[in-house]
Amino acid sequence: MNRWKVVAGTAVFLLVCGSSMMLTRNVSAAAEGKVTGTVKLDGTPPHQRPIDMSKEPSCQQQHAGKPVTTENVVAGPNGGLEWVTVYISEGLSAGAASATPSTPQKFDQRGCQYIPHVMAVDVNEHFQVTNSDQTSHNIHPQPKPGGGNHEWNKSQPPGSPPFDIAWTAEEVSIPVKCNIHPWMHGYHTVVKGPHAVTNADGTYTLENVPPGNYTLTAWQETYGTQTQKVTVAAGKPATADFTFKAK
Amino acid sequence: MHDISTHPVAHHAPPETFIRKYIFSLDHKVIGKQYYGLALVAVFIGMGLSWLMRLHLGWTNMSIPGLELLSKNGAPGGIMTPEYYLQLMTMHGTIMVFFVLTTAPFAAFGNFFLPIQVGAEDMPFPRFNMMSFWVTFVAFLVLMASFFAGDGPSLAGWTQYAPLSAVGAVAGPGQGLGEVLWASSIAIFCIGQLLGSLNFITTTLDMRTRGMSMMRLPLSAWAWFITSVMGLTAFAVLMPACILLILDHVAGTSFFVPGGLVLNDQLQPHSGGSTLLWQHLFWFFGHPEVYIAIIPGMGIVSHVLIANMRRPMLSHRVLIYSMAALGVLSYMVYGHHMFVSGMNPLSSLAFSFPTLIITIPSTIVVLIWIGSLYGSKLRINTASLFALGFISMFVSGGVSGFFLAQPSIDIILHATYFVVGHFHLVMAVAAIFGIFAGTYFWFPKMFGRMMNETLGKIHFWFSFVGAYCIFMPFHYLGIAGNVRRYQAFVDDFMQPLIPVHKFITVAALVTGAAQLIFLYNLIHSRWWGEPAPLNPWEATSLEWSTPTSPPPFDNFGGKHPVVYHDPYQYGVESSTGDYVMQDSPEKVQSALPEEA
Amino acid sequence: MPAKTGAGLKPEFVYEASMAKIFAITIVLIAIGSAIPIVLHTWYLPQDISTHGPLIDEQFSETMAEAGISFLAAQIILAAFIWIYSKPAAGTKIKTFPGGAMGLVIAAFLLVGTEVLALGAFGAKAWASVYFTPPAANALTIQSQAGQFAFYFRYPGPDGKFGQIHPELVNEGSQNFFGLDLDHDPAAKDDIVTAEMAVPVNREVHLLMHSKDLGHSFFVRELRIQQDFVPGLDVSVHFTANKTGKYEIVCTQLCGLGHYNMKAYLEVMSEADYETWLKQQATMQ
Repeated sequence: MNRWKVVAGTAVFLLVCGSSMMLTRNVSAAAEGKVTGTVKLDGTPPHQRPIDMSKEPSCQQQHAGKPVTTENVVAGPNGGLEWVTVYISEGLSAGAASATPSTPQKFDQRGCQYIPHVMAVDVNEHFQVTNSDQTSHNIHPQPKPGGGNHEWNKSQPPGSPPFDIAWTAEEVSIPVKCNIHPWMHGYHTVVKGPHAVTNADGTYTLENVPPGNYTLTAWQETYGTQTQKVTVAAGKPATADFTFKAK
Repeated sequence: MHDISTHPVAHHAPPETFIRKYIFSLDHKVIGKQYYGLALVAVFIGMGLSWLMRLHLGWTNMSIPGLELLSKNGAPGGIMTPEYYLQLMTMHGTIMVFFVLTTAPFAAFGNFFLPIQVGAEDMPFPRFNMMSFWVTFVAFLVLMASFFAGDGPSLAGWTQYAPLSAVGAVAGPGQGLGEVLWASSIAIFCIGQLLGSLNFITTTLDMRTRGMSMMRLPLSAWAWFITSVMGLTAFAVLMPACILLILDHVAGTSFFVPGGLVLNDQLQPHSGGSTLLWQHLFWFFGHPEVYIAIIPGMGIVSHVLIANMRRPMLSHRVLIYSMAALGVLSYMVYGHHMFVSGMNPLSSLAFSFPTLIITIPSTIVVLIWIGSLYGSKLRINTASLFALGFISMFVSGGVSGFFLAQPSIDIILHATYFVVGHFHLVMAVAAIFGIFAGTYFWFPKMFGRMMNETLGKIHFWFSFVGAYCIFMPFHYLGIAGNVRRYQAFVDDFMQPLIPVHKFITVAALVTGAAQLIFLYNLIHSRWWGEPAPLNPWEATSLEWSTPTSPPPFDNFGGKHPVVYHDPYQYGVESSTGDYVMQDSPEKVQSALPEEA
Repeated sequence: MPAKTGAGLKPEFVYEASMAKIFAITIVLIAIGSAIPIVLHTWYLPQDISTHGPLIDEQFSETMAEAGISFLAAQIILAAFIWIYSKPAAGTKIKTFPGGAMGLVIAAFLLVGTEVLALGAFGAKAWASVYFTPPAANALTIQSQAGQFAFYFRYPGPDGKFGQIHPELVNEGSQNFFGLDLDHDPAAKDDIVTAEMAVPVNREVHLLMHSKDLGHSFFVRELRIQQDFVPGLDVSVHFTANKTGKYEIVCTQLCGLGHYNMKAYLEVMSEADYETWLKQQATMQ
């Protein structure tokens, strides 16, 4: 009789564990939320200067007819700010992590520009740096000294294989430059958890956000950061808009 | 000057243990061979680096198979990065100038033969001498270590101009740890050279045997003596310069870095230093250094030629005075490396005059050599071929100096391949030919065996024709405006010149491969060469009087020779033939109107 | 070949004349072969577009003639002596060059001495025209800045004054290469910063040279100008370009990994085209 009790008890225990695991997963999937929003600039954006690439004819030719400017503040016709990184700065539980993209993100050098201008990555997320130009570039990220990420400087001749890179510490944000083409300028924002970079009309979407209360931070390279509290409920996408004031 | 012939022989006991015999040896002959071995390793590394450089220059974005194994960062996918090219170039120049051209003609042959040629049993400070080699060896290891440093060796060229060399890692890959290793290596090297110079000078002044007056010294001994005096003063300036450079890196000083510099958008924490100060200190050393590299070669080539012409030079004294004049003048010309450096343009003119004047002793030397060939009985063997080749190369390299000595012409030729052609012809070719001439000539005395003459002649022909094929075109490139120290030629202006670079690369690879013939000959002959007579060249100087080849531990077998004759008594009638050895008491009639 | 002995004979060395002859011919062929590209100007100096260039080019040609003659003479005589004296007849006595060493020393002093002093004296004239004459009062002043790994240029704008350089304000990502304080410095507001250097033809240019970070050098082959930038030191050169066209300004002082790609273009234009260009550049500030 005792033996039967043990067996039954174990079976029930296992059933409950298993189903609760399955149920939890289902419940999580249905309940994982989104945060969307728009980042705008209030005021006139500062003048973005045209970039003269004449020292590199192979890049200059790629932009014939469509001049290139600096990207310190890129504002669309409706004031939408591009290249703003939005991420969760507070409230994420220790175990949660955003899904690593199935294909590594690419930080490409094309037309003597960084594409994308700002790239957001997770801590320890592997991404690729590629050179699509006919000229060598050197990739020179300059993280804050003493912050956990180390400065490096490597050249990538045309035709050489992509670099596989990962940052090991959070940092908002690491400036990246090319010394050979001094106008080249980009950023890596390294954060934990869901993150996104606004597109040309200033909109962003944070995916796979577990329900909860969070502080969201928006970072723009000229204007710095702004924060906002947001609550994400199961099955209800939350909205958070940001507005930076032009100086 | 005292007469050592009355001294008891062998002031240190013969070595017994393996370590004392072959590793930490006090014997100048072993030390000379150790230097030669170091130079041999260094020259093949340096040459290998030049092959990689030349491959990249001819075929820039080509993947060199296996290169990524040497450096994953330096050659991703086998394609050399710009910084890796510069790092290889820096190491090529540093290794060749310091560990080959200062080591082989001066430290290697000088250590082996100077004491013998003056008639001594060793140098007066054997322990300093041993230390000088091992210090040099440590310097070499420190330099090689920079290949394995964080982001590789320094990329600032062997000339290491500040502020690039002084501001640290912010200036580029290799400028952190790699740079500190470079400066440390060279500072250590300077110490080795100072210890060596000490011995050479005291050997020449104080250890000459009875009858060996200064004027009876062979020309090679004079060359080593002059070089060692120069070494003392030149390296004594480079060493503190390197120390100041290290301090700028590790101690927060700003000897060579002014204020207001911005790198990577960051203001650098330096102020008060002078970039030109580095150039003055470096070239004050650097110009005498290149004469340190060539004067021993002149002495060796004169010595080898005389034995193969069967006559002394037209004037022994004039050659000595000319070599000494070159040594002295070499300190006054250093600013010709700085004509457009931003120093006062009046200084440029001031430096150009001694630079032009130094042509005179150089011309005298060449004229004496060629004039001595007249009416001689010229023997052709590998040693004499390289000695004659030296003259041809020295003329070729020397005439391009004519252009560079004038500041107005330097405006268009500075920092172009014209300069690179000039110094490679005089250093990489002429000085190396001097080393080859010395090797083929003295090998029988050093090892008791002859080198293979057929292989030697093949080596000579490839080297002579090959070296011209490589370095003559450099001058045309320079005149056409080809800038130096570029890892690739990406602009339209340079495209028509790239086929010339491809030709040079092929010539360099072929000529380089031929050096393997020399290496084989050296190693094979060392153990399996034909046994050599004691005096295979029928030469006169004291090294050929040693009772054995190689010479016994104390060089002359328990006695000091006594010298009765000038060093080059050829063209006489004696019991030995047309020559009489320096320590032979036989009286002979000199056949020529020789100056006293 | 080592000495041979026969019964009762003194050892007589066997001389290898054939290799000596081949060597002599090789030296002559190489010497003449080396001279051919120079004489034919196969790869030669680029065209000269400067007013002081002809003095330098004349100096160069004279030096080439003298160096060329010395080079050919030395190599050919060396070859001749190798040929002649490598096969001495049996019993030949050693001979001395006529005049001996003293003759050659005197020849060296006279020939080479006068030659070099002449070249030095005449060369000083070319040098002086570049460095010892001040720029003309109405020279166009342009500032060039060299920094890893590009050249940027600055025209003073209508006020004729350059704004102050503030190193701590340099920000290449925002195109503030000179570290100008556009908000507070009125002299800086109208400065025109460009990536190419345009100059009007036949007008003297006074080029101020500033280094942002390290040693660099300004070299335009056709202008016959080369001058290092010295960090911490104000240097300048002046020149007049007398032919329109597009030329390269290349860095010739090793400055790091991008040294090979550190260049900018010099455009020499008519005065009218230059004014148009400058106005257009002003709109891109």
